[in-house]
Amino acid sequence: MEILMAFVIGILFMTATYLMLSRSLLRIIIGTGLLSHGAHLLILTMGGLKRGAAPILRDEIDTYTDPLPQALILTAIVISFGVTAFFLVLAYRSYKELGTDNVEEMRGTKPND
Amino acid sequence: MTNLIVLPILIPLLTGAILIFFGKNKLVQRVLATLSALAGIIVSFIIVQKVRTDGVQSLNISSWDAPFGITLVSDMLSALLVFTTSIIAFACLLYSFKSIGENRENHYYYSVFNFLLVGVNGAFTTGDIFNMFVFFEVMLMSSYVLLVLGGTKIQLRETIKYLLVNIISSALFVISVAYLYSVVGTLNMAHISTRINEISINGMPGILTVIAVLFLIVFGLKGAIFPLYFWLPGSYYAPPAAVLALFGALLTKVGVYAITRTYTLFFYHDGFVFQLLAILALLSVIVGVIGAIAYWDIKYIVIYNIIVAVGVILYGVSVMNPAGLTGSVYYLIHDMIIKAALFLIVGIVIAITGTSNLRKISGLITRYPGLGWTLFLAALSLAGIPPLSGFLGKLLIVQGGVEGESYIGAGLVLLSSLLVLFSVMKIFINGFWGKAQTYEGEEKTPVKWLLISPAILVVLSAIYGIGSESFLPYINMAAETLMDPSTYIEAVLKE
Repeated sequence: MEILMAFVIGILFMTATYLMLSRSLLRIIIGTGLLSHGAHLLILTMGGLKRGAAPILRDEIDTYTDPLPQALILTAIVISFGVTAFFLVLAYRSYKELGTDNVEEMRGTKPND
Repeated sequence: MTNLIVLPILIPLLTGAILIFFGKNKLVQRVLATLSALAGIIVSFIIVQKVRTDGVQSLNISSWDAPFGITLVSDMLSALLVFTTSIIAFACLLYSFKSIGENRENHYYYSVFNFLLVGVNGAFTTGDIFNMFVFFEVMLMSSYVLLVLGGTKIQLRETIKYLLVNIISSALFVISVAYLYSVVGTLNMAHISTRINEISINGMPGILTVIAVLFLIVFGLKGAIFPLYFWLPGSYYAPPAAVLALFGALLTKVGVYAITRTYTLFFYHDGFVFQLLAILALLSVIVGVIGAIAYWDIKYIVIYNIIVAVGVILYGVSVMNPAGLTGSVYYLIHDMIIKAALFLIVGIVIAITGTSNLRKISGLITRYPGLGWTLFLAALSLAGIPPLSGFLGKLLIVQGGVEGESYIGAGLVLLSSLLVLFSVMKIFINGFWGKAQTYEGEEKTPVKWLLISPAILVVLSAIYGIGSESFLPYINMAAETLMDPSTYIEAVLKE
């Protein structure tokens, strides 16, 4: 199971890298979304994918899945939500101000290009 | 007072939260922010003294025992860095009052300023690797907002790049933590160290070397080492001077601290990663000085000097002997103070002249002698002229390099000082000597007020250099904890 997940995560990272190297800002943001999906799945996988009950304490159950990676993922998810929301608004604002979504055109050192 | 070490995180957090309610009231914002900055300085000074007398302080949040809950740890290095951060924050705050402009002040500038301090102080104090990630994000999120606040075109453009680079490096941080967790099964830094020590009796396993290099990539992206520094010159060119000083003094140094901490605590078994670190650090020095002497733009000159300093500090860490580490700690604190001072001075020059192009500036010394001599002292201190503070750190780093028989490295560090001196003297000679001119922005600039902060910092740096005898016990104590992780581990795990 871990092997299969490793391949899936690898494909996610590959796609994310490809998208982040493109010119359009929106494709880059989609790339960052895929990158964080990959990272979150990786935490889950590296925590171990053994069979066990959901980590909710009940009397009759004696094996649980590891609760720690789930807490880490939950934290990482909300952080990446916050950053992605900021990035999307930033992209919107800079599209209005700069008049382009092509990152190749966002160059130069002059303060008001 | 066992909760003492959480205060440097808690004070700015509460201040930032309270300031949100006074979004439009400039006076309240300024007074509260100043009071909280002063409180930060006092509290962090008390922590330094406490660590000095009682050894490494650790605090288990909510009283969960050490490997299971989040632990905050304040050893001498953390305490000193938090203290330095508080001083720099106070100086930048004073500078902000007259330079940042009403528009930014009305849009939660002081709140975000305080949240940045939460992130930086938290990253310095935490003893949990995932908690360090969270504090990094707190710091980065505030830095995105500070970078883009004002919304000029250059800021928007550069924030996009800065944001993208940091999203990637944060994802890599999560990935590295996931790998490390699957190998050692714990997140507490002291506990990770003991587990790695247990499995590394016959040399470090390959997977841990890979994780060490991954951490180097992650923190190298934050700390701008070669070849991961490419985002820094552009991004740091965009924000206003007060924000720039805060970034230049604090953000990259958090990356440097994280490399130092993880390498001395986790990966001290592995010679390979230290060699890699040494090579990358020296390449950063080379790239940095090339940039610093190539430009005729005063902002870029100081920005590339950040990369030089990061290289010098990490070279001292990479030799991993007492002299090198002591030198690195000493130089780290010196560099935080002097970089903040330099950026603030550069900000004043740009405010007066309206340009950062050195070819269009000359003869400032006739009208602004105070500014000129402050810059002169800061430049000498940056290059490491003996009575000032840059000297001892570099001396010890070179000594560490020679003791570690890495003569090329020691030579490069010495040569870099010469070129750094040249690059900063270029600002002084071209900008301050020569024929006096008049500039458009000169009437509106409150030079006297703005000069207070860099003057305070330069005086502090001079005291730090001249009185180095009385500071060295603290620095030595920090380096000893780095050399010998067992004191850190014992303080956390209470074995």
